[in-house]
Amino acid sequence: MSDQSLAIGGLKVSTTENNSIMKKNNRMIDKAVYVLIYLSASVSVLLLIGIIGYVLVKGISAVTPEFVTTVTSAVKGTTGIAGNIVNTLYIIVITLVLATPIGIGSAIYLNEYAKPGRFVRLIEMTTEILAGIPSILYGLFGMVLFGITLGMGYSILTGSLTLTLMILPLITRNTQEALKTVPLNYRSAALGLGTTKWYMIRTVLLPSAMPGIITGVILAIGRIVGESAALLFTAGSGYFLPKNGQWLSKVLESGGTLSVQLYLSMSKGQYDTAFGIAVILIAIVLIINLITKLLTNRFNVARSANVARSANVARSAKKK
Amino acid sequence: MENKTTSIIGNWKNRRLSETVAKTIFLVCAFFAVLGVASITAYMIMNGTPALTKVGILEILFSSDWSPTAAQPHYGILYVILTSIIGTAFAVLIGVPIGVLTAVFLSEVAPKPLAAIVKPAVELLAGIPSVIYGLLGLMILNPFMYQIELAIFKGSTTHQFTGGANLISAILVLAVMILPTVINISESALRAVPQELKAASLAVGASKIQTIFKVQIPAAKSGIITAIVLGVGRAIGEAMAISLVTGSSVNFPLPFNSVRFLTTAIVSEMGYAADTHREVLFTIGLVLFVFIMVINILLTKLLKKGSGVDV
Repeated sequence: MSDQSLAIGGLKVSTTENNSIMKKNNRMIDKAVYVLIYLSASVSVLLLIGIIGYVLVKGISAVTPEFVTTVTSAVKGTTGIAGNIVNTLYIIVITLVLATPIGIGSAIYLNEYAKPGRFVRLIEMTTEILAGIPSILYGLFGMVLFGITLGMGYSILTGSLTLTLMILPLITRNTQEALKTVPLNYRSAALGLGTTKWYMIRTVLLPSAMPGIITGVILAIGRIVGESAALLFTAGSGYFLPKNGQWLSKVLESGGTLSVQLYLSMSKGQYDTAFGIAVILIAIVLIINLITKLLTNRFNVARSANVARSANVARSAKKK
Repeated sequence: MENKTTSIIGNWKNRRLSETVAKTIFLVCAFFAVLGVASITAYMIMNGTPALTKVGILEILFSSDWSPTAAQPHYGILYVILTSIIGTAFAVLIGVPIGVLTAVFLSEVAPKPLAAIVKPAVELLAGIPSVIYGLLGLMILNPFMYQIELAIFKGSTTHQFTGGANLISAILVLAVMILPTVINISESALRAVPQELKAASLAVGASKIQTIFKVQIPAAKSGIITAIVLGVGRAIGEAMAISLVTGSSVNFPLPFNSVRFLTTAIVSEMGYAADTHREVLFTIGLVLFVFIMVINILLTKLLKKGSGVDV
């Protein structure tokens, strides 16, 4: 104890200077920076509260049963978004039916079959590029390729095909991440029992990676629901319900999703409708966020339980 | 024995077949991304270049006269390009410091309960559709900007009043929209910095703030740069959020001017454009595409260096 105080005594001269460690807790600039850090962090929270609060206050009164079950019609004098809801569902389903198998297949190839090399790098690079292309360019591309060259015009199908390309990277990446978390000995164990690779993937890998894959699909739904720039010039702006018995041919008709309708209402100055849709979109975003959170938590718990169990097994094996 | 289907040898041939088929299918799936990028590139070039040759590259890229519907149409997109560059630059200037400081907050400073509030908030911000940002910009920012505009340009005869739909509004909306990207990637970069560096810095007597700004942020530098580049990509490609917020005429990007970005020019004019005008809009798309590709190349270079810890 006396040693220490002596040492400090010897340093006494330097403690009067500013760079002494004795004063490190008193640096004014540190406090200022802390204030800045806390302010910055509060920006996100305040923005979120502000956005949700404002949209709810402005839009909640527009969301009535009539609003979500009728179609806007001058004849009947109704304002509603039922058609847009149906269009959104159409586009979600078609896009997912197309993009999910391709995305999962691509991830399986990259993770399980491909040997590192040029080809894999090319695929991974192009997936990155696809993820970085702005949605407005997807819109232009989809309009020209599917709409004009392939003659599908402004239709739900054109929109879905465009979005398929757009959400492909999202699903591929999430599946890849999920596959990476499946322990290597699952694969070895299955192959060691004499299964073929495809059988192993089907019965062992995919079920183990399922929560991760589903998370990717749900994120993709969120992306589709929120998308507008890529759909404006591909799926168009139709807001009618499918006519009786023509559920299939509806696919070739123009159909605006909720987000597209929000944009159109906004540009026409129909702010009540716009805020009404905004409330619904924000509700969807919140729900999707909640589901992905629950899924990832569950996934993590299941995984850590597995790890704990295998650690236990290893330990008891050692004891023997 | 060998003929029984239960034998593992018996149906080996069938299995080999299904194996090959499975592998081929996966390969085809993987090839879709390559196909997608190749066809997007081809279509962008095919549709973007006719106007360049018809009107002239210099006339389009370096003339500031944009009057596509006039009797003597002019198709100069210089102001549009400048608006996108300046708008993005300022959005990044505002968004990145806030984003990086928030990342510092989340990874180093925040007590657990506070981080548990901020982190989900950031995730939700990332999920909110861009049209909603646009709606709020239009309803909140623009009237506010209009008040400022009225105060500043009181009595001015040369200023064209915009009702608040101006460059500043767009920059603010974009700054908000890149926040989640910047925060998430900077945060994981900061978390990837080895604890030894932090411990060593604290042990030689640096304060926590000194450690963060002189040791940890420099160590996470390439990750943070990646975050910035991704933020630039997000800002320059955003269309719907700013298309109504920026006003509707092409002007030099001054703070209180109503302006058009590359993206918003496409969104607001594609609906009615025809012939050469339409082709020029595709050229604008091509310019945007080139910007995005440059950003992508930068990104791959950065990621090759490793987004973790190389000082």
